[in-house]
Amino acid sequence: MALTYVAIATTTVGSGGAANIEFTSIPGTYTDLVIKASLRDTRNGPANDFSMEINGAATNRTYKALKGDGSTVTTFSGSTATIGVEDGDTATASTFANVEIYIPNYAGSNNKSISADSAQENNQSAAEVWMVASLWSQTAAITSLKLVPGNGFSYKQYSTATLYGIKNTV
Amino acid sequence: MTATYDCIATTTLSSAAASVTFSSISGSYTDLVVVIQATWTTSSNDMYIYMQLNSDTGSNYSTTILSGNGSSALSTRFSDRTNMNMDYSATIVYNQPTQRNINIMNYSNTTTYKTAIWRSNRAGSGTDAMVGLWRSTAAITTILFDLESGDFASGSTFSLYGIKAE
Repeated sequence: MALTYVAIATTTVGSGGAANIEFTSIPGTYTDLVIKASLRDTRNGPANDFSMEINGAATNRTYKALKGDGSTVTTFSGSTATIGVEDGDTATASTFANVEIYIPNYAGSNNKSISADSAQENNQSAAEVWMVASLWSQTAAITSLKLVPGNGFSYKQYSTATLYGIKNTV
Repeated sequence: MTATYDCIATTTLSSAAASVTFSSISGSYTDLVVVIQATWTTSSNDMYIYMQLNSDTGSNYSTTILSGNGSSALSTRFSDRTNMNMDYSATIVYNQPTQRNINIMNYSNTTTYKTAIWRSNRAGSGTDAMVGLWRSTAAITTILFDLESGDFASGSTFSLYGIKAE
Protein backbone atom coordinates (compact mmCIF):
# COMPACT_ATOMS: atom_id res chain seq x y z
CA MET A 1 0.00 0.00 0.00
CA ALA A 2 1.29 3.44 -0.90
CA LEU A 3 2.24 5.64 2.03
CA THR A 4 0.00 8.66 2.58
CA TYR A 5 2.36 10.90 4.59
CA VAL A 6 5.91 10.97 3.24
CA ALA A 7 9.03 12.97 4.07
CA ILE A 8 10.16 14.59 0.82
CA ALA A 9 13.23 16.38 2.16
CA THR A 10 14.82 17.44 5.44
CA THR A 11 17.45 20.00 6.37
CA THR A 12 19.54 20.62 9.46
CA VAL A 13 21.52 23.85 9.54
CA GLY A 14 25.23 23.31 10.00
CA SER A 15 27.84 25.14 12.05
CA GLY A 16 28.14 28.05 9.63
CA GLY A 17 24.45 28.92 9.78
CA ALA A 18 22.29 29.38 6.71
CA ALA A 19 20.75 32.40 5.04
CA ASN A 20 17.57 30.42 4.46
CA ILE A 21 16.14 26.92 4.30
CA GLU A 22 14.88 26.02 0.86
CA PHE A 23 13.08 23.05 -0.63
CA THR A 24 13.33 22.96 -4.41
CA SER A 25 12.09 20.72 -7.21
CA ILE A 26 9.02 19.73 -5.19
CA PRO A 27 7.20 17.09 -7.23
CA GLY A 28 3.54 17.55 -8.02
CA THR A 29 2.70 13.99 -7.04
CA TYR A 30 1.22 14.78 -3.64
CA THR A 31 -2.00 16.53 -2.66
CA ASP A 32 -0.89 18.63 0.29
CA LEU A 33 2.43 19.82 1.69
CA VAL A 34 3.42 20.19 5.32
CA ILE A 35 6.56 21.80 6.73
CA LYS A 36 7.51 21.00 10.31
CA ALA A 37 10.43 23.08 11.53
CA SER A 38 12.50 23.96 14.58
CA LEU A 39 13.95 27.43 14.00
CA ARG A 40 16.21 30.03 15.57
CA ASP A 41 17.76 33.01 13.82
CA THR A 42 20.64 35.45 14.42
CA ARG A 43 18.54 38.60 14.60
CA ASN A 44 18.42 40.55 17.85
CA GLY A 45 15.37 39.84 19.98
CA PRO A 46 13.78 36.81 21.58
CA ALA A 47 10.98 36.49 19.02
CA ASN A 48 11.29 37.42 15.36
CA ASP A 49 8.98 37.14 12.41
CA PHE A 50 10.07 35.16 9.37
CA SER A 51 8.78 34.63 5.85
CA MET A 52 8.11 31.83 3.43
CA GLU A 53 8.79 32.55 -0.23
CA ILE A 54 7.00 30.52 -2.86
CA ASN A 55 8.56 29.64 -6.21
CA GLY A 56 11.36 32.09 -5.53
CA ALA A 57 9.22 35.12 -4.79
CA ALA A 58 7.63 36.94 -1.85
CA THR A 59 5.03 38.69 -3.98
CA ASN A 60 1.29 38.16 -4.51
CA ARG A 61 0.86 37.42 -0.84
CA THR A 62 -1.54 38.52 1.87
CA TYR A 63 -2.04 37.32 5.40
CA LYS A 64 -3.92 37.79 8.63
CA ALA A 65 -2.36 36.82 11.95
CA LEU A 66 -3.35 36.26 15.55
CA LYS A 67 -0.62 36.56 18.18
CA GLY A 68 -0.42 35.91 21.92
CA ASP A 69 2.62 36.85 23.98
CA GLY A 70 1.69 35.71 27.46
CA SER A 71 -0.15 38.90 28.39
CA THR A 72 -2.04 40.23 25.38
CA VAL A 73 -3.67 38.95 22.22
CA THR A 74 -3.28 40.99 19.04
CA THR A 75 -4.23 40.58 15.42
CA PHE A 76 -2.67 42.15 12.36
CA SER A 77 -2.45 41.75 8.61
CA GLY A 78 -0.18 42.52 5.70
CA SER A 79 0.69 42.05 2.07
CA THR A 80 3.98 40.23 2.58
CA ALA A 81 5.19 36.65 2.82
CA THR A 82 5.32 36.76 6.64
CA ILE A 83 4.36 33.32 7.90
CA GLY A 84 5.23 33.08 11.61
CA VAL A 85 7.51 33.62 14.57
CA GLU A 86 10.84 32.03 15.48
CA ASP A 87 13.39 32.33 18.25
CA GLY A 88 15.92 35.14 17.89
CA ASP A 89 19.43 35.64 19.11
CA THR A 90 18.49 36.82 22.60
CA ALA A 91 16.02 34.05 23.30
CA THR A 92 17.03 31.65 26.05
CA ALA A 93 19.95 29.54 24.88
CA SER A 94 19.11 26.24 23.20
CA THR A 95 15.49 27.20 22.53
CA PHE A 96 14.05 26.84 19.05
CA ALA A 97 10.60 27.73 17.79
CA ASN A 98 8.14 25.04 16.73
CA VAL A 99 6.56 25.64 13.33
CA GLU A 100 3.96 23.83 11.25
CA ILE A 101 2.87 25.10 7.84
CA TYR A 102 0.09 23.33 5.90
CA ILE A 103 -0.56 23.91 2.19
CA PRO A 104 -3.47 21.99 0.64
CA ASN A 105 -3.77 21.45 -3.12
CA TYR A 106 -0.34 22.95 -3.72
CA ALA A 107 -0.18 21.62 -7.28
CA GLY A 108 -3.70 22.64 -8.26
CA SER A 109 -4.76 25.47 -10.51
CA ASN A 110 -6.41 27.63 -7.85
CA ASN A 111 -4.88 30.27 -5.63
CA LYS A 112 -3.10 28.65 -2.69
CA SER A 113 -4.20 28.96 0.94
CA ILE A 114 -1.67 28.38 3.70
CA SER A 115 -2.21 27.69 7.40
CA ALA A 116 0.73 28.28 9.74
CA ASP A 117 1.15 27.79 13.48
CA SER A 118 4.35 28.78 15.27
CA ALA A 119 5.46 29.25 18.85
CA GLN A 120 8.64 30.14 20.68
CA GLU A 121 8.57 29.48 24.40
CA ASN A 122 11.78 30.44 26.17
CA ASN A 123 10.96 31.02 29.86
CA GLN A 124 11.38 34.78 29.55
CA SER A 125 8.87 37.57 30.01
CA ALA A 126 8.24 37.61 26.26
CA ALA A 127 7.28 34.51 24.37
CA GLU A 128 4.99 34.35 21.38
CA VAL A 129 2.55 32.05 19.64
CA TRP A 130 1.28 32.95 16.17
CA MET A 131 -1.50 31.65 13.97
CA VAL A 132 -1.40 32.84 10.37
CA ALA A 133 -3.81 32.58 7.43
CA SER A 134 -1.80 33.27 4.29
CA LEU A 135 -2.70 33.37 0.64
CA TRP A 136 -0.58 33.12 -2.49
CA SER A 137 -2.71 34.63 -5.24
CA GLN A 138 -1.21 32.59 -8.04
CA THR A 139 -2.51 29.55 -9.89
CA ALA A 140 0.88 27.95 -10.65
CA ALA A 141 1.87 24.74 -8.91
CA ILE A 142 4.21 25.24 -5.98
CA THR A 143 7.62 23.83 -6.81
CA SER A 144 9.82 25.54 -4.22
CA LEU A 145 9.45 26.85 -0.68
CA LYS A 146 12.00 28.96 1.15
CA LEU A 147 11.99 29.89 4.85
CA VAL A 148 13.69 33.26 5.29
CA PRO A 149 14.58 35.13 8.51
CA GLY A 150 13.74 38.82 8.54
CA ASN A 151 16.08 41.71 7.73
CA GLY A 152 18.78 39.65 6.06
CA PHE A 153 19.65 37.62 9.13
CA SER A 154 20.31 33.88 9.02
CA TYR A 155 19.38 30.60 10.63
CA LYS A 156 21.45 29.31 13.51
CA GLN A 157 23.05 25.90 13.71
CA TYR A 158 20.70 23.08 14.67
CA SER A 159 17.66 24.68 13.08
CA THR A 160 15.76 21.96 11.24
CA ALA A 161 12.97 21.76 8.70
CA THR A 162 11.29 18.81 7.05
CA LEU A 163 8.95 18.92 4.08
CA TYR A 164 6.24 16.26 3.97
CA GLY A 165 3.91 15.32 1.16
CA ILE A 166 0.41 13.99 1.79
CA LYS A 167 -1.50 11.97 -0.82
CA ASN A 168 -5.27 11.80 -0.66
CA THR A 169 -5.33 8.57 -2.59
CA VAL A 170 -7.74 6.11 -1.04
CA MET B 1 5.27 -1.84 7.88
CA THR B 2 1.79 -0.79 8.92
CA ALA B 3 0.74 2.56 7.52
CA THR B 4 0.03 5.06 10.32
CA TYR B 5 -1.64 7.76 8.26
CA ASP B 6 -4.21 6.68 5.65
CA CYS B 7 -6.53 8.56 3.37
CA ILE B 8 -9.99 7.12 4.12
CA ALA B 9 -11.97 9.16 1.61
CA THR B 10 -11.66 12.25 -0.52
CA THR B 11 -14.10 14.39 -2.47
CA THR B 12 -13.42 17.05 -5.06
CA LEU B 13 -16.69 18.63 -6.08
CA SER B 14 -17.33 18.49 -9.81
CA SER B 15 -20.39 20.67 -9.34
CA ALA B 16 -21.80 22.82 -6.58
CA ALA B 17 -23.11 20.92 -3.55
CA ALA B 18 -24.99 21.97 -0.44
CA SER B 19 -23.16 19.47 1.72
CA VAL B 20 -20.42 16.85 1.78
CA THR B 21 -20.72 13.71 3.87
CA PHE B 22 -18.19 11.10 4.90
CA SER B 23 -20.17 8.03 5.90
CA SER B 24 -19.47 4.47 7.06
CA ILE B 25 -16.24 5.63 8.72
CA SER B 26 -14.38 2.62 9.95
CA GLY B 27 -13.55 2.39 13.63
CA SER B 28 -10.15 0.93 12.94
CA TYR B 29 -8.19 4.14 13.40
CA THR B 30 -7.36 6.11 16.53
CA ASP B 31 -7.79 9.69 15.34
CA LEU B 32 -9.27 11.43 12.33
CA VAL B 33 -8.01 14.40 10.33
CA VAL B 34 -10.13 16.35 7.85
CA VAL B 35 -8.61 18.86 5.44
CA ILE B 36 -10.95 21.20 3.58
CA GLN B 37 -10.19 23.82 0.97
CA ALA B 38 -13.41 25.35 -0.26
CA THR B 39 -15.14 28.27 -1.89
CA TRP B 40 -18.77 29.36 -1.99
CA THR B 41 -20.92 29.75 -5.08
CA THR B 42 -22.31 33.19 -4.33
CA SER B 43 -20.43 36.39 -5.04
CA SER B 44 -21.96 38.44 -2.27
CA ASN B 45 -21.59 38.06 1.46
CA ASP B 46 -19.92 35.17 3.28
CA MET B 47 -21.12 32.13 5.18
CA TYR B 48 -20.27 29.83 8.05
CA ILE B 49 -19.37 26.19 7.51
CA TYR B 50 -20.96 23.70 9.91
CA MET B 51 -20.02 20.17 10.96
CA GLN B 52 -22.55 17.61 12.19
CA LEU B 53 -21.75 14.12 13.47
CA ASN B 54 -23.71 10.89 13.02
CA SER B 55 -26.69 12.91 11.72
CA ASP B 56 -27.35 14.10 15.25
CA THR B 57 -29.52 17.22 14.99
CA GLY B 58 -29.96 17.62 18.73
CA SER B 59 -28.58 20.57 20.69
CA ASN B 60 -25.49 18.59 21.61
CA TYR B 61 -22.70 20.71 20.16
CA SER B 62 -20.60 23.50 21.62
CA THR B 63 -17.57 25.40 20.39
CA THR B 64 -15.01 27.80 21.83
CA ILE B 65 -13.20 30.18 19.52
CA LEU B 66 -10.03 32.27 19.47
CA SER B 67 -10.14 34.54 16.45
CA GLY B 68 -8.39 37.45 14.77
CA ASN B 69 -9.41 39.39 11.68
CA GLY B 70 -6.47 41.74 11.37
CA SER B 71 -8.00 44.51 13.41
CA SER B 72 -9.62 42.89 16.43
CA ALA B 73 -8.97 39.70 18.38
CA LEU B 74 -11.53 37.94 20.50
CA SER B 75 -12.61 34.74 22.15
CA THR B 76 -16.20 33.63 22.23
CA ARG B 77 -18.24 30.48 22.39
CA PHE B 78 -21.46 28.82 21.32
CA SER B 79 -23.35 26.35 23.52
CA ASP B 80 -26.14 23.86 22.93
CA ARG B 81 -26.05 24.19 19.16
CA THR B 82 -27.37 21.70 16.65
CA ASN B 83 -24.01 21.63 14.86
CA MET B 84 -20.47 22.94 15.21
CA ASN B 85 -19.55 26.31 13.74
CA MET B 86 -16.34 25.63 11.83
CA ASP B 87 -15.25 29.25 11.59
CA TYR B 88 -15.73 32.68 13.04
CA SER B 89 -13.55 35.10 11.04
CA ALA B 90 -12.40 32.67 8.34
CA THR B 91 -15.79 32.33 6.68
CA ILE B 92 -16.32 30.94 3.19
CA VAL B 93 -16.61 33.25 0.15
CA TYR B 94 -16.74 32.77 -3.60
CA ASN B 95 -13.37 34.05 -4.76
CA GLN B 96 -10.80 32.99 -2.18
CA PRO B 97 -10.13 29.54 -0.73
CA THR B 98 -10.92 28.98 2.91
CA GLN B 99 -9.08 26.20 4.69
CA ARG B 100 -9.91 23.89 7.59
CA ASN B 101 -7.50 21.51 9.29
CA ILE B 102 -9.57 19.45 11.72
CA ASN B 103 -8.37 16.88 14.25
CA ILE B 104 -10.85 14.53 15.93
CA MET B 105 -9.24 12.45 18.63
CA ASN B 106 -10.32 9.03 19.89
CA TYR B 107 -13.34 9.21 17.61
CA SER B 108 -14.42 5.59 17.82
CA ASN B 109 -14.56 5.03 21.55
CA THR B 110 -18.00 4.52 23.07
CA THR B 111 -17.23 5.83 26.53
CA THR B 112 -16.44 9.52 26.23
CA TYR B 113 -17.89 12.60 24.55
CA LYS B 114 -16.01 13.58 21.37
CA THR B 115 -13.79 16.62 21.05
CA ALA B 116 -12.39 18.15 17.89
CA ILE B 117 -9.82 20.91 17.48
CA TRP B 118 -9.22 22.76 14.26
CA ARG B 119 -7.76 25.76 12.51
CA SER B 120 -9.80 27.82 10.10
CA ASN B 121 -8.06 30.21 7.74
CA ARG B 122 -8.83 32.71 5.04
CA ALA B 123 -6.25 35.38 4.41
CA GLY B 124 -8.90 37.89 3.35
CA SER B 125 -10.90 37.65 6.55
CA GLY B 126 -8.97 36.11 9.42
CA THR B 127 -7.71 33.12 11.32
CA ASP B 128 -9.47 31.01 13.95
CA ALA B 129 -8.41 28.38 16.45
CA MET B 130 -11.39 26.41 17.64
CA VAL B 131 -12.42 23.50 19.81
CA GLY B 132 -15.73 21.68 19.55
CA LEU B 133 -17.50 19.19 21.75
CA TRP B 134 -20.16 16.70 20.72
CA ARG B 135 -21.95 15.43 23.79
CA SER B 136 -22.33 11.85 22.68
CA THR B 137 -20.52 8.66 23.55
CA ALA B 138 -21.28 7.08 20.19
CA ALA B 139 -18.44 6.22 17.86
CA ILE B 140 -18.27 8.71 15.00
CA THR B 141 -19.27 7.00 11.77
CA THR B 142 -20.59 9.95 9.75
CA ILE B 143 -19.33 13.50 9.32
CA LEU B 144 -21.43 16.07 7.47
CA PHE B 145 -20.21 19.48 6.34
CA ASP B 146 -22.76 22.01 5.19
CA LEU B 147 -23.29 25.74 5.06
CA GLU B 148 -25.35 28.41 6.70
CA SER B 149 -26.82 28.92 3.23
CA GLY B 150 -26.05 28.05 -0.37
CA ASP B 151 -23.55 25.61 -1.87
CA PHE B 152 -19.91 24.70 -1.81
CA ALA B 153 -18.46 25.60 -5.20
CA SER B 154 -17.15 23.18 -7.78
CA GLY B 155 -13.49 22.41 -7.12
CA SER B 156 -13.83 22.45 -3.34
CA THR B 157 -11.90 19.57 -1.79
CA PHE B 158 -12.61 17.50 1.32
CA SER B 159 -10.23 14.77 2.49
CA LEU B 160 -10.62 12.44 5.47
CA TYR B 161 -7.53 10.77 6.93
CA GLY B 162 -7.20 8.14 9.64
CA ILE B 163 -4.28 7.91 12.05
CA LYS B 164 -3.39 4.66 13.75
CA ALA B 165 -1.58 4.72 17.07
CA GLU B 166 0.38 1.57 16.45
